Order: sequence, then structure tokens, then C-alpha cells
Amino acid sequence: MSRQITTVQALNEAIKLAMRADERVIVMGEDVVGGTGLPHLEEQNIEAVGGAFRVTKGCSVEFGRERVLDTPISENTIVGTGVGAAITGLRPIVEVMFNDFLGYCLDAVMNQAAKFRYMYGGKANVPLVVRMPFGAGYGAGAQHSQTLYSMVTSVPGLKVVVPSSPYDAKGLLLAAVEDNDPVIFFESISLYGLKGEVPEGYYTIPLGKAEIKRAGSDVTIVAIGNMVQRALQAAEQLAAKGIDAEVVDPRTLSPLDEDTILASVEKTNRLVIVDESNPRCSAAADIAAIVQEKAFDNLDAPIKRVNAPHTPVPFSKPLEDLYTPSAENIIRAVAEVVNDESIIPV
Amino acid sequence: MSNTQTQQTQANILSAEKTRWIYRKMVEIRKFEEAVIKGTRNGSLGPFAHTSDGQEAVAVGTCAHLNEKDYITSTHRGHGHSIAKGGDLNTLMAEMAGKATGCDKGKGGSLHLADLTKGNIGANGVVGGGLPIACGAGLTAKLTKSGAVTVAFFGDGANNQGVFHEALNLAAIWKLPVVFVCENNKYGEYTWNGYATAATKISDRAAGYNIPGKTINGNDVVEVYQTVGEAIERARNGEGPSLIECETFRIQGHGISDPQIYKTEEEKQLHLTDEECIKKFKSYVTKHQLLSDKEMSEIDQSIEDTVEKALQFAINSPYPDAKELYTDVYVSY
Repeated sequence: MSRQITTVQALNEAIKLAMRADERVIVMGEDVVGGTGLPHLEEQNIEAVGGAFRVTKGCSVEFGRERVLDTPISENTIVGTGVGAAITGLRPIVEVMFNDFLGYCLDAVMNQAAKFRYMYGGKANVPLVVRMPFGAGYGAGAQHSQTLYSMVTSVPGLKVVVPSSPYDAKGLLLAAVEDNDPVIFFESISLYGLKGEVPEGYYTIPLGKAEIKRAGSDVTIVAIGNMVQRALQAAEQLAAKGIDAEVVDPRTLSPLDEDTILASVEKTNRLVIVDESNPRCSAAADIAAIVQEKAFDNLDAPIKRVNAPHTPVPFSKPLEDLYTPSAENIIRAVAEVVNDESIIPV
Repeated sequence: MSNTQTQQTQANILSAEKTRWIYRKMVEIRKFEEAVIKGTRNGSLGPFAHTSDGQEAVAVGTCAHLNEKDYITSTHRGHGHSIAKGGDLNTLMAEMAGKATGCDKGKGGSLHLADLTKGNIGANGVVGGGLPIACGAGLTAKLTKSGAVTVAFFGDGANNQGVFHEALNLAAIWKLPVVFVCENNKYGEYTWNGYATAATKISDRAAGYNIPGKTINGNDVVEVYQTVGEAIERARNGEGPSLIECETFRIQGHGISDPQIYKTEEEKQLHLTDEECIKKFKSYVTKHQLLSDKEMSEIDQSIEDTVEKALQFAINSPYPDAKELYTDVYVSY
């Protein structure tokens, strides 16, 4: 069997390959090394942690602390420094420990990184990658579990990537580092431990290219990030009931591969969108609007969205389980668009 | 030291070439701003602008030390920084009018007036927005050993943004070649710095980051030249950042339409006193026989012409083509 590694290992491999390929690539963030400044660690080139989720594990050991930089807890300045380094010739990969901390660094993301090229008349390149873990499911509560890619997708000038598997995570991250625009790279925490087949070498997956993760003819399920895995589970259960679902993973929300989504809807005539964002102004709402504008005549049923509810993420396990879209939620939505309640598990 | 010796030492601070450059740049900025005020009021330029007339000494005294590889980050009151860092008056003025020939193709305007090709990495519409970006440029210089220094210009208003403290701290712990130059013109928009800032002096805040901090007369271009010059030298030698607070005043209000009712009568008359920076430099160069009245009036006249031509260039330039709305958002998409 070919090599199986986790998403964290795949991301780690991508960062190391990128740093080997191009010495302008640097890594910055809180605890991306851990223990910087402590002589007893630095003398022996020992890292204390290698990232809160170990995504940068071993990077400082291989590439040194000049290129792998622990920062103070100053999100606005960490990302802003990344912007300044990017426009002056480096290719920084900045880690924001949780996407919830966008609250502190949104100016650097939204007003600086996103705007530089346009407001300076096309003279600036901002080859910056900002990685941020997101999502509910592990009891971290309201300020460490949100899904905020939709908010960022609404800002022109940014590219937004949300991988759904270890293979995609590696190829998309390498593409993001090669890209000359600022890329916000959302990593689903619930996929970090997921294992999958990943080649050892350097490869990229183009930004703006969706992938059909499962071909089908009865209904299109567009799913984002970790929701792709849920949608694939739902699709297996639906198959047992005679419904052949096609699962489409946009992989990047900006650019969005509208063509692949529209072609799938043209084939199946039914659409369910699964997105862990809160529902209002979400990626699901956006994709639904695009499809009804461009493919209304291809639809045989109203588009159904499966989102988290319009609430913060709760701590209590039963409530958190209820919050996160499940395979059953997806099946219920499919039952509505195919108008067949008998497929809902009892 | 005798008076004669002091005078000689003083006279040696600036070379003849530097003296001319400083005088020329200060007058260029003043005339540019006067044209902007006129053009904004009569509608030939954009709808609003924050002008830097009165604060020329800070921009010029600082940029006099910078070469083409060095960077600056600037502010919403950034026209003077752009000019001092070598921006072309025609394209800067055209940008003020939103014209296709502007340095940002008309897409930036007064708030984002910057010529990135001249090491000016941006006037920033967000107060304090440039401070982390300066740290990033400093990091690039440090890692690539380019020898470049970055100057982060900011106003007194920015010193109460959280990001000011973050940026000073980061620059200090990483010993970045960055000089933080505060233009304290006493007002953040319409709010008095004496009310808004708990510290007695903004430069006192340097102590919290274990870096040198100094408050100087920002209307005295020679003092700015000397003090900021030392800080730049320090940064260039790898000794880390400094914070220089330049006390100055803005002749206009926050924007051109600001009636400035918050200023005392004395403050409103400041530009007529010896504290006005161009007048101050004129008396310095006269005292030290660095420039004659004739030379200065020749420079004045040539700048009058250059600025008038820049204004006409801006007015006569075309607006951007409609398709420009959609370009320059991404390198590839």
C-alpha cells in the first residue's frame, strides 16, 4: 500500500519542501518553534513544540531560527510584518494559531495584504501565505472553534484555500507558497489527524480548480473543507438507498471554480451545499446565489444549504455535536431536494 | 567651544549639496501642498486630502539620509514623505486627481499616495497600519543582509494604537533596522494628544521596549537631520530600532475643510513665527552662509513652475479606462 500520512504531516512536508526549494520562504508565528531565546534549548538546536498543532515541527531544526521565527503574541503585527516582508522580497508563511484571532489581525489581512496591489496601481506583489486552523468539534468553545473562511472570501485581493484531505493540503499549500498573491489558508482542525495517501515529492494543485471527489448523477453535494469527508460518508449511505450523489470540493473559495459546480448541477439538477460556517453571508449562501443566477433553469428543486446554526460554537459536547453539520443533516437535505423522505435514517 | 567654532561645526553638518536638496524638497512639499489645497477646493483634484504643510522638516530631514534601497512607510498625511523619498511631482499630482498617469494609476489617491518604485512602501489610510509593514521590510533587510533601513513615519494618533506597541516590541526583540519617526502635530484628527496620550512624551514609550527614545523640535530640519541620522546609522549598523518624536504642527487642520476651532489663536499663528520650518531653515542657511537669498529665490521660482506644470499635467491627464476597475486586484486569478 502506498504511503499514508496525516494532514499535519502533509502540511509539514509541504512547508519543508517549500523552504528547501526557495530560501526566500520563511515561517513566522506564535510557538512555531517554541522556547526561542532559552540558551539551554538554542545551544542544542532543540525546539520546544513546533507549532500548536505541530505543523511546523522540525522546521527550525532543519532551517534555523533565522528562517523559522517565534513571535510574541501580537497577531496584527505578525501578519503585518508578513505583508511587509512579502512586498520587499521574502515569501513568508505566517501561522495564526486559530482563525478566531482574525479579530486581532484583520487589518493586516483585509486592509494591507488584500489592498496593496490594487491601491498602489499594480506595483506590489504580496506573496504571503497566512495559515489558520478553524472549526468546531473538540471542545474548545466559542473563541477557538469558529469557521471564518466565508468572511475572508468576501474580500477582493485575497485568495482563500480550504483543503479537505492530506493530499490536497500538501499540494494546495505548495501552490499557495508559489503564488504571488496573498493566500489565506484555512486548515480544518478536525482533519489534522486524518490519514490519506500522499506522495513524498513536490507537487502542486492549482488554486481555483475544484475536484469531483465522488461522481454521481442524482444530486450534487458541494462541500467545503472537513465537510467533504462528511458529505462522502453521507453519499455512501445514500448509495445504499439508491441515491447517487456527486460530491464536489471547490478546494479554493477564492478563486471559485464556478464551472465545475455549474456543470455538476447541469448533470444532476439538484444541489445541496455543506459548509461549517454560520449560515448568514456564508460560502454556502454565496454559492447558492451564483448557481441560481447562472443555472436556474437546470434546477429541479430549491437549493438546500447545510450550515452550522446562527449561534456561537458551544462548549458542551452534546451541544457542539448538534452545532456541527453531520452526515445525517446532509442526508435530510438531500431527501428534501430529491423529494424522498424514505432515505432519512430512522 | 567659542561661538565661531560652534558656528563652523554647525555649518559642517550639511554639505552644500545636501543643503540645496533639503531646501528644495521642503519648498517642493510646501508648494505641492498649496497646489493640492487649491486644486481640492476648486474641484480639479480629488474630493479631500490631508496635507502636510508645516511638517516638511520631518519628512525631509529624515529622507535626506535614505538611499534608493531604503524603505519608508507613510501615513494618511503622506504627500511630503512621498516627495522627500524621491516621488515624481507629475505622477504624484496626477494621482491626487485620480488620473491614469498617477503613480498608482489613479487607484490610490491622497490616502495611498506612494511610489513603490522609489522604496516608498506606502502611505497608509489606517492609522498605525504602516508600523508592522515597516517591521516586515526590516526583517527582509535583516535576513537578506541588504543593508537597507526602513523608516516608519506615523503621527501622534498612532501611538495609542495597539499595533504601535506590538511593532516597537517586535522590532526591539528582533533588532530590526527600523527607525520609528513620530510626527507629533498635537492632534489626532480633532483630538488633542495631551488628552489622548497618557505618557508625558511619546518618546518615553521607547523605554518600555528598551530602545533609544528622543523628543526633538520637528520644525528644525537640522535637528531632525542630526537626530534621525544617528538613529538611522544605529539601525544600519545592526544595533536595532529607535523612536524619535518630532514635535511639529500642521498648518491646515485634519483635512482641508477643518475650521480648526480647537486651536488656540497662538497655534493658528504658528506658521507666521520663526518656528515655521522653512523660515527656520532659511535663517539657518543665511546665518551659516550656505545659501544666498538669490539662490533660494531661484529655487523657489523653479519649483513654482514645476508644481504648476504638475498641476496642469494632472488636470490634462485622462481618467483611467473603465477596464482598470478590474485590473491589479490579483497577479493571477
